[in-house]
Amino acid sequence: MLKLNRILKAIFSEKYRWHLLSLSPLIAFLFIFTLLPISNVVLMSFFNVEWSHGASVWEFVGFSNYKDLPGNRFYIPGIINTIIFAVIAVIFQMIIGFFLALMVSKITRGRVIFITVFLLPILIPPIVIGSIWKLMYGFDFGVINQITALFGIFPKDWLGSKELALMSVIIVDIWHWTPFVFLLLLAGIESLPEDVYEAATVDGVSQWNQVKHITLPLLMSTLIVTMIFRIVVAFKVFDEIYLLTSGGPGTATEVLSFSIYRTFFNEDRVGMGSAMSIGALFLVSILTVMAILLSRRRTEWKNA
Amino acid sequence: MRNRHSFVFYPLVAYAIVVIAPFLWIAGTAFKRQIDILQGKIIFTPVLSNFRQLFDSREATFLNDLYNSSVIAVSSTALVLVIATAAAFTLQRLSMPKWFINVIFLWVLIFYMLPPITFIGAWFIMADYIGLFNTRFAVILGHTTINLPLGLWLMATFINEIPKELLEAARVDGCNNRQIFSKVIVPLVKPGLISTGVIVFIFSWNDFLVALTLTTKATQTVPVSIATFAQEYEIRYGAMAAGSFISTIPALVLLLIGQKYIVKGLLAGAVK
Repeated sequence: MLKLNRILKAIFSEKYRWHLLSLSPLIAFLFIFTLLPISNVVLMSFFNVEWSHGASVWEFVGFSNYKDLPGNRFYIPGIINTIIFAVIAVIFQMIIGFFLALMVSKITRGRVIFITVFLLPILIPPIVIGSIWKLMYGFDFGVINQITALFGIFPKDWLGSKELALMSVIIVDIWHWTPFVFLLLLAGIESLPEDVYEAATVDGVSQWNQVKHITLPLLMSTLIVTMIFRIVVAFKVFDEIYLLTSGGPGTATEVLSFSIYRTFFNEDRVGMGSAMSIGALFLVSILTVMAILLSRRRTEWKNA
Repeated sequence: MRNRHSFVFYPLVAYAIVVIAPFLWIAGTAFKRQIDILQGKIIFTPVLSNFRQLFDSREATFLNDLYNSSVIAVSSTALVLVIATAAAFTLQRLSMPKWFINVIFLWVLIFYMLPPITFIGAWFIMADYIGLFNTRFAVILGHTTINLPLGLWLMATFINEIPKELLEAARVDGCNNRQIFSKVIVPLVKPGLISTGVIVFIFSWNDFLVALTLTTKATQTVPVSIATFAQEYEIRYGAMAAGSFISTIPALVLLLIGQKYIVKGLLAGAVK
């Protein structure tokens, strides 16, 4: 008790006034708007919350929300779709991004122009990306059906058919996020030691073999960390899906974020939505910790 | 010009077209009449009717939406910069206990990775409870919180680049912490502040989910407004395209004048 008293006195003394002043806004924000709400989600997931006359009525239901999770019409399909979505989109982003980065690292002219153009998709509002593709995927008038018609392919309902819808939104995500992977990998490639390549060239190693035997192994940890980071962030996908398909048709493009949104905000099932959120938090935390452990070797931000 | 590399030039140009063509398509659509849009016409006479619909019609809210988006993006960016820079300086340079630094950075990283929808329901309940629902202030707080992790991360990286000797010298000259912060750190970290500011501004401007859940018509932002055009029974493609066209302008301008800062910020935020 005495010790605590001394610590408190020290913290509020003149000497630490700046520390207190500079850290308290951050701590306040983190406490009030991250820790508290997430604790509240945990709490709500054990209740059945009803809205009546503008006030909420809480009824304790124990684990029953969690027990209902597997039977929920949207939850399991949402998780499966999210995993399919994340894995396929990220694989393509990694491959395309890697080759783009490789090519840009080789050119001397027009670098800045290419980088500027490639960055566009990550800087514009995702809702605009949704709008763009909604126009292009249109059944009767979309430019994609017009182009495929030139090759004699019948028009397809890209967003409205069960077989194509998930693939269509995956394509949008690939278009959206490949530039980000490109940028990270470009930085990774350009930080590799140049003398290794010079030595290889002198020894007559072909360009392709240099990529295979030098660039890829040296870049491996960057590739892995980028991939896990992208997969985790892919779990956030919401805006484009909201605009393009709203999870439909059926549950063809139902993703985790959308199931939670629907349950919480459209169906007003706060308890159930919270239980779904906790499931998602759990999944994402595991992936994040994995990413941290894998990248620890390369990380030296602490007290450098 | 190294000719032997021209073989990589054409794929790059092809990808640049893949990126740009959809933009040109929606920009073109913004100037088409509804009938031209629905017939998928490639050749058309440009008209301004979609923009007039956005700004001039009786039920138009777009000007108000733009105002909301601007106020929210500017305020939350300013808040993030002030809070993150001050905290990053103290955490990185004033020998705080190591466990404390680790706890903050780890929590911030985990929070950054979480899908926002998992805690936005709780935000909605909080905002509703204290009467902040449907206010710009609620969205400002939301955007500040969501962007604080990135802001803190970036500012910590940039402050780390400032040599410790400079701070020691200032301390020897009799500066206290506040003076070191305002006279040494802030001037030296200005490029980093620009990078962080530009990126946080764009992210706040682009956000859809926070604004969707915390606002209604009077306080909605541009992305929410665009989404309503697409959600109505009869999709208003023209208005959707025109609104999208306008809402990309800030990002385009910032990209053209500040490409260097944006690249620096995106890399510092993710490579670590």
